[in-house]
Amino acid sequence: MKADQSLDCVGLYCPMPIVKTAEKIKQLKEGEVLEVVADDKGIKQDMPAWCKATGHEFLGTEEEGGEIRVYVKKAHE
Amino acid sequence: MAEKEKLSIVVFSGDLDRALAAFILATTAASMGMEVSMFFTFWGLNVIKRNEGGIRSKGLMRKMLNFMNRGGSKRLKLSKFNMLGLGTWMMKRLMKDANTPSIDQFITMAKEMGVKLIACTTTMGVMGTTEDSFRSEVDSVAGAAYFLGEARESKVALFI
Repeated sequence: MKADQSLDCVGLYCPMPIVKTAEKIKQLKEGEVLEVVADDKGIKQDMPAWCKATGHEFLGTEEEGGEIRVYVKKAHE
Repeated sequence: MAEKEKLSIVVFSGDLDRALAAFILATTAASMGMEVSMFFTFWGLNVIKRNEGGIRSKGLMRKMLNFMNRGGSKRLKLSKFNMLGLGTWMMKRLMKDANTPSIDQFITMAKEMGVKLIACTTTMGVMGTTEDSFRSEVDSVAGAAYFLGEARESKVALFI
């Protein structure tokens, strides 16, 4: 999946990927896509939940060799 | 999302592990756009006491209590497997290796995210803990009614 910006959270556990995502999304423009790369499996459940709470759009998950990529579209400022 | 959802947490425990759980939830909730208040009471006051500085309380019994119960983020112990500090030392080491934040880092993060830290006045009165025993990040002191006022309006209220 194509993304406008990427956030490296490899080696970080909960809550850091979510905390960093919330920080990073501020730098994106509405409609842009953020890719978050992580290796903590929790993110597969956490990111959709974060999107539901914040109103941003969860686009999906890609997994390859222990590396998880989740995609979020910024839905509002 | 006109009005922010709220999370209120009572931090009753001064155990390192429980304090970490409280801060993980507080910072995550703030990341999810929630308004977060952490209300520190009883042993929980130890989490927000300064690490440095002497004992400020008055009276022999309170001085003794605060000598044995110094508090400060760096003196917190695990609720289990403390083993005279060895277990706590090991856990801190493992956490550092896993890049997980310390209590100090969590407090800084929480404050940056607008989490409110409140100390319980009753415990302060009983234990003789003065306001200047707390770290500068503490926002205010208050009683049970204040917490319940916040909790009533909160979607989530926790006691840790």
